[in-house]
Amino acid sequence: MPEVDHRALEAGLDALDTPAAEQRGPRGLRRFAAVVLPPAVAVVLIIVVWQALWASALWPEWKLPSPLAVAGEFVRLAGEGRITETLWTSTHRAVLGFLVAVAIGTPLGLVVARVRVVRAAIGPLLSGLQSLPSVAWVPAAVLWLGLNDSMIYAVVLLGAVPSIANGLVAGIDQVPPLLLRVGSVLGAGRLQSARHVLLPAALPGYLAGLKQGWAFSWRSLMAAEIIARSPDLGIGLGQLLEQGRLLTDMSTVITAILLILAVGVGVDLLFFRPLERRVLRSRGLTGAPA
Amino acid sequence: MTAILEKATSVDHVVRLSGVGKSFGTVAALDGVDLDVKPGEFVCLLGASGCGKSTLLSLVAGLDKPTTGVVDVHSGRPAVVFQEPALMPWLTAARNVELPLKLRGIGRAEREERAAKLLDLVRLGDAARKRPHELSGGMRQRVALARALATTLDDSDTGAPLLLMDEPFAALDAITRDVLQGELRRIWAQTGTSVLFVTHDVREAVRLGQRVVLLSSRPGRVVREWEVSDGGEDLAHEITGELRGVISSHARG
Repeated sequence: MPEVDHRALEAGLDALDTPAAEQRGPRGLRRFAAVVLPPAVAVVLIIVVWQALWASALWPEWKLPSPLAVAGEFVRLAGEGRITETLWTSTHRAVLGFLVAVAIGTPLGLVVARVRVVRAAIGPLLSGLQSLPSVAWVPAAVLWLGLNDSMIYAVVLLGAVPSIANGLVAGIDQVPPLLLRVGSVLGAGRLQSARHVLLPAALPGYLAGLKQGWAFSWRSLMAAEIIARSPDLGIGLGQLLEQGRLLTDMSTVITAILLILAVGVGVDLLFFRPLERRVLRSRGLTGAPA
Repeated sequence: MTAILEKATSVDHVVRLSGVGKSFGTVAALDGVDLDVKPGEFVCLLGASGCGKSTLLSLVAGLDKPTTGVVDVHSGRPAVVFQEPALMPWLTAARNVELPLKLRGIGRAEREERAAKLLDLVRLGDAARKRPHELSGGMRQRVALARALATTLDDSDTGAPLLLMDEPFAALDAITRDVLQGELRRIWAQTGTSVLFVTHDVREAVRLGQRVVLLSSRPGRVVREWEVSDGGEDLAHEITGELRGVISSHARG
């Protein structure tokens, strides 16, 4: 076959066989309608049902306050500066605890995934710990460490480290063996292979573990904050919740619940979701919704 | 390039297998295989399933050690292309080609320059910034070829370049395979690398190779070899007959 024909044939094949560019998600108004509208409508519906239940007066006011009463409580707490204070106390604990959990969970996961003896020894324990509600650690942590910040961080770590380590183990287990083989064929030593092949290939699983680790940090923190009350500890969201219960103030309780939810969802939506989507899309794993 | 040629001519073989055997437990995959690949030569290893073709390639690549015999390879680091491109999905085509250079500690500027040349060689200069999932199967395999060549085409390496290919086109459709076979011949001629190419396809072997070596199955032994001089239908016919004989000998009852 003449050279020129061959080149044209190949270029034609390349053009024909290249996968079509990804369908971009809707833009502008359409995007708004597809992404923002459904959850907004759901929230409005919930408030409408809530208002209707309140109006029917099935429960006394102290059990079910009206949406407006809760909004009023929110504004009052915000006016006193207590919302920012509790939010700051809790989120900075959760973020700090989460970062330490990442620092511990990552090397732990690496060792469990790659060293057979270690996996046999603590692999099952690590998975088991994930199903242990972290609130179960609170009494032990209080007895060991006393009512202070280290007790709270201990509970957060016990909740988050297993998720992060397990996520990394799962990510590493799913790396196709052929990629590691290619790595060694291309001249990668053990460390280089970990750095340039194993870890990047395990990134999606690791990210899923981080996401879950964050959720567990946040939950564990709330559990610890509700139970541990001390002047030294400051008022976090968990304590706000507990105060509402002690004062039989349902508006405060609901406000605290909504704040806890908002932080949990907010961090996921603003941080983990975009990160995960970026990583998955760059690998052509388009299961991630736009 | 001249340096490589001088080195290449200073030895009479890039690969020499002498009495090589390989067993996995009690199963013998290879037995008493003698095989030479000369510098710049294109050798096709032909055989049915279970002839230990891939095992033989692993031995030459240094991924595995023979049970008996000696594997002598006069090449810095042989390049290997598998049936699957196995590109790193998180790297662009160019970065994939750069990977072996990076592993060897070559600086960024030089890496980028060499990767660009290699991508041009496989005619994928325009796809440098694309990721594997944005490329077709044939394009991915060409990137894999460029990446493999990056490991072996290195002026500072001792020994001649050597490209090992394990049924690299088997998973592609017929027309893409046909085009890539042409490409491989061109790249081989252009780079002067030795090629050891494993296939179960007689026509592919005859079209590509200067020499075709037929292996028997279980255990793999060299049955016969042919020089492909004028090639053509007759030779393919003859080899097919021999291959059928090898396979038929395994029928029982």
